Amino acid sequence: MDPLETKQTYQDYVDKKSPNSPILKNCFNAFWVGGLICSIGQIILNICKERGLDTETSGTIVSILLIGITAFLTGLNLFNRIGKFAGAGSLVPITGFANSIVSPSMEYKSEGYVMGVGGKMFTVAGPVLVFGISASILVGIIYLIFNTQNITLV
Amino acid sequence: MDINWANVFDWMMLLKCFVIGGLICIIGQILIDKTKLTPARILVIFVTTGTILGGLGIYKYLVDFAGAGATVPLTGFGYNLAKGAIEGVKQSGLIGAFTGGVKASAGGIAAAVFFGYLASLISKPKMKKQ
Repeated sequence: MDPLETKQTYQDYVDKKSPNSPILKNCFNAFWVGGLICSIGQIILNICKERGLDTETSGTIVSILLIGITAFLTGLNLFNRIGKFAGAGSLVPITGFANSIVSPSMEYKSEGYVMGVGGKMFTVAGPVLVFGISASILVGIIYLIFNTQNITLV
Repeated sequence: MDINWANVFDWMMLLKCFVIGGLICIIGQILIDKTKLTPARILVIFVTTGTILGGLGIYKYLVDFAGAGATVPLTGFGYNLAKGAIEGVKQSGLIGAFTGGVKASAGGIAAAVFFGYLASLISKPKMKKQ
């Protein structure tokens, strides 16, 4: 590369380089933990398929198992450690959804079992469901309109 | 019932699944590190993106390619919602747009509610160390 002429270019160079290293490390951890969680899902999926279940049922079983395992790992305070290490690697897979339900409800346990645990469960999961389900309804309606007009979408 | 373990550990499929699943997580990690988005917003963004890509028919190719690598991340949850809504419309018209999405992902949502509540009940109160 070209020699750095002034202090300014050197500073720019440092600014450009220095914050990269933690991001690279975080991304690497997120990559392999996330990949591993997905691979576990794939293995469960393959076992279900080998047992003669159809793809959709197998997919549901994968979700239920991963959500169940994560919920209990969070309850035992083990999942937080994985989360600290892996960042998005454990947040982005469906495990993050389960974790986001259990961790707030644990914190508000002292407020009671109905409004504390039952209510705070949805502090993060609520918005996810609201936007996910609303978007799916819109997708359905748009598909309905395009389909009735005999226009094939994609 | 005999299980063919060679099919279960299909290395090529597992590799594709690992790489795609990992790449989707890297996108999430970059969003966390480079923007001020909270994890909650990132979850919402991923689910909504998955629903839109599913509705456009793009995400299907990723699912065919990477299997659980595409369905286990939350974008896959969104894809499942969109797929269900479209199938619902095919079967029963407008009402299917409302019932289809939730029907397709009912297992995951119900499991999250049930196990989430159960796990919170059995959870140990946090230690007050540090």
